[in-house]
Amino acid sequence: MMSLDDIEQGIELVDASTGPAAAEALLEFSEAVLEHWVTAKGEAPTDDRREGFRLLALHRQGAKGDPSFNACRETCREIAYHYNLVTMQPDAAETTNRVEMMRLVCSHLYLFISGKLQVAGLGEFCCSSKPIRLGDDYEQHRLKEA
Amino acid sequence: MTDTNGKYKKVAYYPGCALEGTGHAYNRSTKAVGKKLGLDLVEVENWNCCGAMEVKNIDPKIQTYLSSRVMSVAANEMDMDVVMAPCNGCYHNLKKAEYDLENDDASVEVVDKLSKKAGHKTYEAGQVETIHALDWIKESIGEEGLKERVKNSLSGLKVANYYGCMYTRPRHIFPEKDQGSGSESTSKPHFMDDLLAAAGAENVDFPLKTACCGGAHTLSDSDTSTKLVLNILKAAKLAGADVIATECPTCHTGLEMHQIRAEKMLGETVDVKIMYFTQLLGVALGLKPRKVGVHENISKSMPLLREHGLA
Repeated sequence: MMSLDDIEQGIELVDASTGPAAAEALLEFSEAVLEHWVTAKGEAPTDDRREGFRLLALHRQGAKGDPSFNACRETCREIAYHYNLVTMQPDAAETTNRVEMMRLVCSHLYLFISGKLQVAGLGEFCCSSKPIRLGDDYEQHRLKEA
Repeated sequence: MTDTNGKYKKVAYYPGCALEGTGHAYNRSTKAVGKKLGLDLVEVENWNCCGAMEVKNIDPKIQTYLSSRVMSVAANEMDMDVVMAPCNGCYHNLKKAEYDLENDDASVEVVDKLSKKAGHKTYEAGQVETIHALDWIKESIGEEGLKERVKNSLSGLKVANYYGCMYTRPRHIFPEKDQGSGSESTSKPHFMDDLLAAAGAENVDFPLKTACCGGAHTLSDSDTSTKLVLNILKAAKLAGADVIATECPTCHTGLEMHQIRAEKMLGETVDVKIMYFTQLLGVALGLKPRKVGVHENISKSMPLLREHGLA
C-alpha cells in the first residue's frame, strides 16, 4: 500500500497540463487514502464500484458503522464529478483549472482522513472525541461521583 | 412587500458564546439585517453555552441538557415557539438535543434530573423549532421579498458560499432538510446561494462548500487546520470568487486566522476576502459597512466593497 507521505507528495506533484492522465492519477491517490482508512479499521478495501467509481464504494465501506466518516462524502463526490468533467471533456479550455480544482479537493480528502486516522475511534461526529470520555481519568471520576 | 412565513417574523434569538466574542460582527450584522427587514429578534433570557465541542467531548448528555435549557427558557419562560441560532455549532447542538430527547430515553432522564436540580421546567421534544439564520431570512422574507428590498445590488460580486460541516451533518438531526423542492439539501446546501443571488451576487461553483475547515483542531493541530483552510481559499479563488461568504463564526474566524497563518508559515498568499453572509446582505439592503461590522473583520473587505460601489 502506498504510504500516506507518498500520497500527499503525489497529489502535489501531479502535472495538471496532462488533463485526463492527471485526473486518473488524482483519482488513484484518493482511492489510496480511503484504502488506508478501511485497512486501519481491519477490513480489506473493496474493489466494487458505486455509480461507476471505486472511490465511492470505498467511501461507503469506510462509513459503515462510523457516521462521522460521512463528513467526507461530498468531497468524494466532488472528486468523481471533476474526474468526469476532465475525462469527458478533455479538450475544454477549463481542463487545467478543473484538474487544479480536483487536486485541491483530493488534498482536502487526504488531510481530513489522515487527521482522522491519527485519532481513530472518534465518536458519533468528528468533533466528538470518544477516547477522551472513555479514558481512565474520566472513568475514575465517574466512579468517584457515583 | 413580499413576505413568506409569518411564523419566523418574531423568533427567540440565541446568539451563543462565539457571537459575543470572535463572531461579534456576525451578531451585529444579524441584528442589523433583522431590523432592516422588519424581523423581531427577542434574545433568549439568561442563555447558557450550548455545550459546544468541549462539553460534548466529555459527556454528550450534559451537552444535551445545556442545549435543552436554552430551548426550555425560550418555550416555558418566554412563550416562544421558534429559536434562531446563527452559529452552526449552536444550531447543530440544539438540533442534536431535540433529536436525542425525541429518541433516547436515557437523555430524557438525564435532562429531567438536571432541569429539576437547576430549578427550571424540563424541556420536552417538540416545544420549539430550532432554525438557522439562513432559514430565518429565506423563510420569512424569501428571494422575492429580498429582491424588492435591495438598494445596492451585489451585481458583479463573485461569491463562494461556504457552509462548513455542521450545518448539514449528521443528516438525521435535520429531518426538515432533503424534503424536495424548496427545502434545504444536506449534500448541496443552497439557501445562502439563493439569498445572495437574490441580492444580485454571482455565486461561483465551489466544490468545498461543506468541507471541514479544521476548526475543531485549530489549537491542537494548527498545521493541518492551516492546510485545510488554504485548500478552501485556493478553491474559492480558482473558482473565480472575490469573497467567501460564511454563516458560522468558527469557520469564519478559522478562515481569517489561517489565511494569515498560511502567509506567515507557508508563504502562501490567497487574495480572497471573507465576509459573513449577513454583512453582504446588509450592504445590499443599504446599510453602511460599519453598521454590519465590516471593520471588525480581520479580512479587509472595504476596498472590495468600494470597488463595487457598496461603500
